[in-house]
Amino acid sequence: MKYVTEFRDPKAAKSLLAAIAQTADKIGVTRAKPLHIMEICGGHTHAIFRYGLDKLVHEGVEFIHGPGCPVCVLPMSRIDECVEIARQPGVIFTTFGDAMRVPGHKQSLLQAKAAGADIRMVYSPLDALELARRNPDREVVFFGLGFETTTPSTALSIQAAAREGLTNFSIFCNHITVPEPIKALLDDPDMVLDGFIGPGHVSMVIGTHPYDFIARDYHKPIVVAGFEPLDLLQSVLMVLTQIAERRAEVENQYARVVPEHGNPVSLAAIDDVYEKRPSFEWRGLGEIDASGLRIRPKYAAFDSEEKFCIGYAAGPRHFEEPEGCACGAVMTGRIKPTACPQFGRGCTPEMPLGALMVSSEGACAAYWQYGGARAAAE
Amino acid sequence: MCLGIPGQIIAITDPARLMAMADVSGVRREVNIACIADGPLEALIGEWALIHVGFAMSRIDADEAAKTLDALHDLGEAQEALEAMAAGQAALEMQR
Amino acid sequence: MKALRDTHVTLSHGGGGKAMRDLIESVFTEVFQPPGMEDQARLMTGALQEPGARLAFTTDSFVVTPVEFPGGDIGKIAVCGTVNDLAVGGGRPLWLSAAFIIEEGCEIALLRRIVASMAAEAVAAGVRIVTGDTKVVERGSADRVFVTTSGIGVIPPGRNLAADTIRPGDVAIVNGVLGDHGAAILAARGDMALSTNLRSDCQSLGHLMQAVLAAAPATRAARDATRGGLASALNEMAEAARVGIEIDETLLPMRDEVRGVCEILGLDPLYLANEGTLVLFVPEDQADAALAAMKATEAGRGAVIIGRATAAHPGTVTMRTLFGGSRIVDMLVGEQLPRIC
Repeated sequence: MKYVTEFRDPKAAKSLLAAIAQTADKIGVTRAKPLHIMEICGGHTHAIFRYGLDKLVHEGVEFIHGPGCPVCVLPMSRIDECVEIARQPGVIFTTFGDAMRVPGHKQSLLQAKAAGADIRMVYSPLDALELARRNPDREVVFFGLGFETTTPSTALSIQAAAREGLTNFSIFCNHITVPEPIKALLDDPDMVLDGFIGPGHVSMVIGTHPYDFIARDYHKPIVVAGFEPLDLLQSVLMVLTQIAERRAEVENQYARVVPEHGNPVSLAAIDDVYEKRPSFEWRGLGEIDASGLRIRPKYAAFDSEEKFCIGYAAGPRHFEEPEGCACGAVMTGRIKPTACPQFGRGCTPEMPLGALMVSSEGACAAYWQYGGARAAAE
Repeated sequence: MCLGIPGQIIAITDPARLMAMADVSGVRREVNIACIADGPLEALIGEWALIHVGFAMSRIDADEAAKTLDALHDLGEAQEALEAMAAGQAALEMQR
Repeated sequence: MKALRDTHVTLSHGGGGKAMRDLIESVFTEVFQPPGMEDQARLMTGALQEPGARLAFTTDSFVVTPVEFPGGDIGKIAVCGTVNDLAVGGGRPLWLSAAFIIEEGCEIALLRRIVASMAAEAVAAGVRIVTGDTKVVERGSADRVFVTTSGIGVIPPGRNLAADTIRPGDVAIVNGVLGDHGAAILAARGDMALSTNLRSDCQSLGHLMQAVLAAAPATRAARDATRGGLASALNEMAEAARVGIEIDETLLPMRDEVRGVCEILGLDPLYLANEGTLVLFVPEDQADAALAAMKATEAGRGAVIIGRATAAHPGTVTMRTLFGGSRIVDMLVGEQLPRIC
């Protein structure tokens, strides 16, 4: 696999690990007094566990698993709203597979499907669009979720639907943005982070400048990283090198995919279709100002919230989290998944209580799946 | 977040809708190329792009990829030299 | 042959009258040629007379969408699946039953194709389909056709393949590439709009198992890695034997296209279903013999050692990753769903 295999070369990994260890020793970090490096993106979390990187790097480097899994930060009430839309007569509700098992207050989408709702998994919003074209007598709704990486795909789909004059296609928009929650984390007085691994695929859309504030205002290094193991290790080394040299800059390890200024077509589509919500609720983090997107009024015909008068369109909302769930503390890096009183007891991948256990990108599910649970028990 | 995978554009399938066929390890899927279509569409054939949810999101820059790999290669050589030096040092000390 | 002029199954084909008899005779018994037309098969075999020989008996239901796919169809799977369940237990598969639940409206031509592929696979596997049943249900109550096969085989005296006999140090071998069936079916369903040249690995493993057992009689246990993939088969075995199992990522055989499907949809190939792939454990001193015997069979040409049983961490499967990291390979929770993140 071109651009994949060569970034999984074990020999290069060995040199990187040695260089990381030397730099960590130079900084003087230890297991007892480690550096806390947050990988913002859930894809990075997944790769770290899949390749066992957490166990291979110098013991003075600790990964903190950030809030960058769109499924994990989705509030339960949004799943409830999905189920409500899906149950309306005539609706075909389409979604990425990721969202199927996320618990709502009463049902997950998987359970709603079993109860008779027409819920279909698709790979792309384009597939939902095609369903709408083929089923003019049905109302096709696409569950739009994800960060800036995914936002252009739904924006371009709405533009296409508008061009074609489709009247039976809409998007339930749950798109969120990366910089705002990072700022919220950095403003947290309990924050312990020393540096960041930046989200590579978000950055291919928005470029590297939206992170400038992290280096400029908070004096933390951030390295935008690719998703193969060598990408991640090289990025860790770059963060450590910045720390050793007392620099705080935005660096781009993933230049083969990430242009400095992002992708102009994607950015234009996002700007045409979406606008910032005043605030949006994040599971475990609460309301964050200007962290969510909504569909602009000119595209209201393609906005499921308007079409079904649901969600933020239905008026004031109240928020609640499941009792005893410590997803928020885990996501901000204050505690490890295993320190949550529900971990492995009230909350397992079979019966997830908190969102971090639902998605395979969630820190808790990754801990469980790849052995963190057992490591902790041993 | 945001699973993406390099794919090669092998054919333009629907120029009006900006659709093309992408190949990932022999698996083919039609993808939208709006985000990488900055010139004549035919020129995209053979190009590599990062594919996410059915969209070619960003063109992969072969030069930048080579630069990253070169840097890794140089680091590997530097590490080997360091190790060789350390081994030489250890051997010298053994002799003493 | 009885004339059957209908092109599609209707409820009258399930009504117990002449229409039903015509369907059964024309589509099923004409091809399967069961010994006698009584309501039960009457089985004779010398192998059973041997003192200490045991009967092996298994049953499995098959539902697959689409019912025909590259590399096979529901009929072929129904024969292979049951033959393989007998074979991995060390039994020689002999007889199968086949029961069909048919949805009203199902094309009779489709049924004929399925039956033909079952008959061909039965011949290849050396088993006979000796009894069967059909039921017709209303449209919407089934997805075209469901097939249930039961199988009987004979285990010769003294043979006891069982997962709880696996010991630390035993070697794990698979007979070929992983994940072809799961990836081929995902693509064939079409809802992900992926096109590949992948074919299901659907095949009978009876001959392969007989060859292995002749060459490596101390073989401990085998499992076919069907639903839940290699990961689930290994976990079941580790748990039963109370041993650890360590596999090596670099040794796992897999086609590029399967890797491609997995990368695109965010799936783990270790959990993809197989329909003609098994994993078996042999003591180290017979590993080469087992491997050579497997490679000499059609179904085992791609056989390769993938790891071994260990005394460490009993009940747990671990994998050495590409560059020496290690991770736990757990049981699958629910169904593996495609993901974007």
